[in-house]
Amino acid sequence: MSTRIAQHGRLIDRNTPVKFTFNGQSLSGFHGDTLASALLASDQMLMGRSFKYHRPRGVVASGAEEPNALMGLGTGARFEPNQRATTTELFGGLQARSQNHWPSLEHDIGAVNTYLSRFLPAGFYYKMFMYPRAFWKHVYEPFIRMSAGLGQAPTDKDADTYEHFYAFADVLVIGGGIAGLQSAYSAARSGAKVLLLEQTAHWGGRAPVDGGHVDDKPVDTFVDELVSELESMPNVTMLTRCMGAGIYDHGYATGYQRLTDHTPGTDGPRHRLWRIRATRIITATGAIERPLSFAGNDVPGVMLASAMRDYLVNHGVTIGQRIVVVTNNDDAYRTAICLHKVGVNVLRILDARPAGGGALMQEARDIGIRIDPGRGIAKVTGGKRVKKVHICAQDGSGGALEELACDAVAMSGGWSPVVHLWSHCGGKLTWDRDLAHFRPDATRPPTGSDGSGFTSVAGCANGHMGLGDILRDAISAGKAAAKEAGFKPKKQATPQSVAADEAPLEPVWLMPRNARYSLRMKTWLDFQNDVKVSDVQLAAREGYESVEHTKRYTTLGMATDQGKLSNINGLATLANALNADIPTVGTTTFRPPYTPISMGSIGGEARDEIFQPIRRTPMHEWHEANNADFEPVGHWRRPYAFPRHGETTHDAVTREVNNTRQHLGLLDASSLGKLLVKGPDAGKFLDMLYTNMMSSLKPGRCRYGLMCSENGFLIDDGVVARIDDDTFLCHTTTGGADRIHGLMEEWLQTEWWDWQVYVANLTEQYAQIGVVGPNARKVLEKLGGMDVSADALSFMGWADGVIGGFNARVYRISFSGELSFEIAVAASQGRAFWDALMAAGQEFGVMPYGTEALHIMRAEKGFIMIGDESDGTVIPQDLGLHWAISKKKDDYLGKRAHARMAMTDTDRWQLVGLETTDGSTLPDGAYATAQGVNANGQRMTQGRVTSTYHSPTLNKGIAMGLVHHGPDRMGEVLEFPGIDGKVTHATIVNPVFFDPEGEKQNV
Amino acid sequence: MSDAISALNHAQFTGFAEVEECGLQGMITLRGDLTSKPLIAGARTAGGRDGRDGKMPKMGMAEVAISVADRNGVCWMSPDEVLVLCPYDKVEAQLMALTTKLGKTHALAVNVSDARAMFRVSGGTAAREVLAKLCPVDMSPGAFKPGMFRRTRMAQVAAAFWMDDSEDIYIICFRSVAQYVFDLLKIAAQPGSQVGVY
Repeated sequence: MSTRIAQHGRLIDRNTPVKFTFNGQSLSGFHGDTLASALLASDQMLMGRSFKYHRPRGVVASGAEEPNALMGLGTGARFEPNQRATTTELFGGLQARSQNHWPSLEHDIGAVNTYLSRFLPAGFYYKMFMYPRAFWKHVYEPFIRMSAGLGQAPTDKDADTYEHFYAFADVLVIGGGIAGLQSAYSAARSGAKVLLLEQTAHWGGRAPVDGGHVDDKPVDTFVDELVSELESMPNVTMLTRCMGAGIYDHGYATGYQRLTDHTPGTDGPRHRLWRIRATRIITATGAIERPLSFAGNDVPGVMLASAMRDYLVNHGVTIGQRIVVVTNNDDAYRTAICLHKVGVNVLRILDARPAGGGALMQEARDIGIRIDPGRGIAKVTGGKRVKKVHICAQDGSGGALEELACDAVAMSGGWSPVVHLWSHCGGKLTWDRDLAHFRPDATRPPTGSDGSGFTSVAGCANGHMGLGDILRDAISAGKAAAKEAGFKPKKQATPQSVAADEAPLEPVWLMPRNARYSLRMKTWLDFQNDVKVSDVQLAAREGYESVEHTKRYTTLGMATDQGKLSNINGLATLANALNADIPTVGTTTFRPPYTPISMGSIGGEARDEIFQPIRRTPMHEWHEANNADFEPVGHWRRPYAFPRHGETTHDAVTREVNNTRQHLGLLDASSLGKLLVKGPDAGKFLDMLYTNMMSSLKPGRCRYGLMCSENGFLIDDGVVARIDDDTFLCHTTTGGADRIHGLMEEWLQTEWWDWQVYVANLTEQYAQIGVVGPNARKVLEKLGGMDVSADALSFMGWADGVIGGFNARVYRISFSGELSFEIAVAASQGRAFWDALMAAGQEFGVMPYGTEALHIMRAEKGFIMIGDESDGTVIPQDLGLHWAISKKKDDYLGKRAHARMAMTDTDRWQLVGLETTDGSTLPDGAYATAQGVNANGQRMTQGRVTSTYHSPTLNKGIAMGLVHHGPDRMGEVLEFPGIDGKVTHATIVNPVFFDPEGEKQNV
Repeated sequence: MSDAISALNHAQFTGFAEVEECGLQGMITLRGDLTSKPLIAGARTAGGRDGRDGKMPKMGMAEVAISVADRNGVCWMSPDEVLVLCPYDKVEAQLMALTTKLGKTHALAVNVSDARAMFRVSGGTAAREVLAKLCPVDMSPGAFKPGMFRRTRMAQVAAAFWMDDSEDIYIICFRSVAQYVFDLLKIAAQPGSQVGVY
């Protein structure tokens, strides 16, 4: 059994017990425990079920690399799946649930999959689910949906907040182990601004567990002194619980800080994503121990030797009473010695190397541990807990020489540097034959804009495994980074550390070397995805030579742990199967983040009300208070309609149209773009931007204009008012304001830089209100202040003046066909002006109207709408707007394109009106069908609906559409099948349905 | 003239830093050749600066004084644009004076006071931290100093800010997103979220 002992436990506070629950059962640990160590202290070895076969799994590691012990943490609005027990700090009230089982962790129906394993080999996704075809929809897909994914998705809205923080440093050091601390110190002594990140809550990394001496001091004392030295330096910022998540171009890096995961419910954000710009980055990310590949290496109780040592030294927890250690290197002897010293019965050290290890082996032997060199494990038996190991010769096929009853196995297959962050932005690796691992190739670093490397590596992450080497490497990395960042590094004595004499490791990719098939198909490479040695070998036989392909085919190294334990073993297995060298097979791509980071941290503050900026006009609050049904137009929210009590939206739209046509309507038009164009060349500039002539416009007058892209397609429209000789005010569509402003700047800055024109975007300077309807003039006259009579202010004119005490600019323009004034006042007075119009308009039957009424009224008049009648493929000529295209001008944007064959083709669909034969409303976007079918067997078409509404004014359905030879086919009836199968018939008519003479607007 | 009301009408929030909408502020966008003498003189005079000094603020700088008595300044916006600050009720007069000074010089000067909202964030290093959560700008005391001016992004919208001698930070954004910016500042200044790095 695993249990807490009285010795060790440097990270726990035995005076502060902490209560928590696991699968509803109350358990207790200590402050300073991780969830994993607390569970182990309570003899809870079984922590989850594997993904594919639902095999019982225990914790195998002690840190970020853990593949098995994934939990659902918390409940309700604070529930989160797939959290590693090894990196979860214990807190009072923590609620953890194991995953991927039903009905319970102990008894799981899905475990039957393990007996089906021969039907679930590598690539079974691709093999199983292909045939018979009909099974996909009804059998396979439901099955996959049922069993896919590890944890449960949260159902409640997240209760926490998140944020970003932009930080800048000369040198960023990722990793607060001994190498990171030393590099940070060496860099900081130059005066460089240093930011140091550590993913756990503690400084020093593995060094205090592994022991050793630096300058005759125990290494933990050395670490403590280094930390206090760094803390006293004003140019150093140190962050714990902050993982270096990714390194990107130009010295950009992200840090994922978990602020309140260990104290949920406290004030402040839960996670903070540090967005860092650093001149130089040092990754001191340490190394990860590799498992050994033997049958039954996934049985709970088989654990990495270093993890077993961690739990003992850090948390005072022993994993078993009778332990077998199996290794191919000297480091695992430290675990054996450590365990022996606290009274655990270390039954045997199986050392795969025929000659065994060095000084550490001697030390183990001296204290009485039996060591069997040249031996390995043929298989481990036991279901939910290790019961027995079958010992064999490493150089054999798995014939058991001896069976040994035990309750835990510590394994070590050597160490792999954590090269992930080095690799994120393109750092290359080299294969170290002696240590059998990939380490960073310092000659091929990730490069910055100047072509030189901006990232370097220090310590274990750089392939240095001895304490003395680590410190030397860290000092030189720290000094070099500071120098490259423009600082003068200070001389520094290298701390001395005497390394134990270690024998070389012997690579072991399969144990025993020639394990028979029945063993290989129980030998796990990837614990999280249930990928076995036999799966990778099968993939190789089936022709998967690329490691990237093999990854996808077998699922090796996928999912939340991204193969932190399985990568090297997997690709070594692949290399062996292909008879290739490991470096030629290579690694899969390392991509950020290093371990999964919360979606919340990525979103930062962007959630709820500030998920996206909402643009509000000065009258927005009035609209809200008056029950506006908003629609998004760009980032604006514009009222679609203002339903009254008991009204449907459709009723409201009908009422708003009728009231505007008969009495008086108010429209909040503030969001329309208003671009001021000024300069001696302003007229010339606008003549290029608009298809029609603007330079001939007289001050005091307005003109409707169209804008096209260089390819001739219609991109925007609006009314231009000439303010004075040098100055124009261009109205754009709401969505076009920023885009057209940008377009103007681009042309002025890149092509016509010598033209004397400046542009300013005044969209938000003004609140603009459409005062529309037969009573429009009356309400303005009642407010008084300026002459708005037809004589003083004729149609398409504008004037400055005062209305009801407000300084106003009045444009006599109409998009509805009614008598209409668009009145601009300072935005800060917009609400007051709106209120004044509403009050004064009462006796004239005033009502606000929304965008839908606006759209209907313009459609009744046959006016086009950018985005409805235009879609990026439509030219003005398609819309019958030839009158707005100047023939006198030498050039305008789109003129050349308009002369192209495809644009002058008479077969282009043309704008017409469409009137249903039964008065119904055509479905939006419906196509008019023609005879025959095309090459794909689809019905031929001859036109489509671009706008369609029920017209309250005419009390029937009206529509506009683009139809092949449309204007020549007046009176023809077209068929429009709807998606409900019902066919609507519509007659081709003139698009102007209402008041074609314009009598109503010209009063 | 009817009473003008700023976007959020002096809304306030207190977290680990203070946030306040500053009410109406006169602002004039001035585009032109920033080395032109009439332009410099016009901008400085309209912005309440000493007209004889004859210098425009350099790139990334501003010369601003916002207080009960004074709401003036000139801010560098781009190689051909400055923002002139003046009291809201003086903006038309200042614009007129500026236009007169410009004479026939090719330039664009226009009142944008109503197109903007202005906020103050105060609290010393706390204010710096609030900004550093939202803007990709090095807000550390060694990097961002009084007199500096940044046109940048605040979360998802455009913003500009400067710092006065008491290290209060003044932010300008578009009027339509005033509520968004206020909400951003509130969440960034929420109690318990102080970073403590400066």
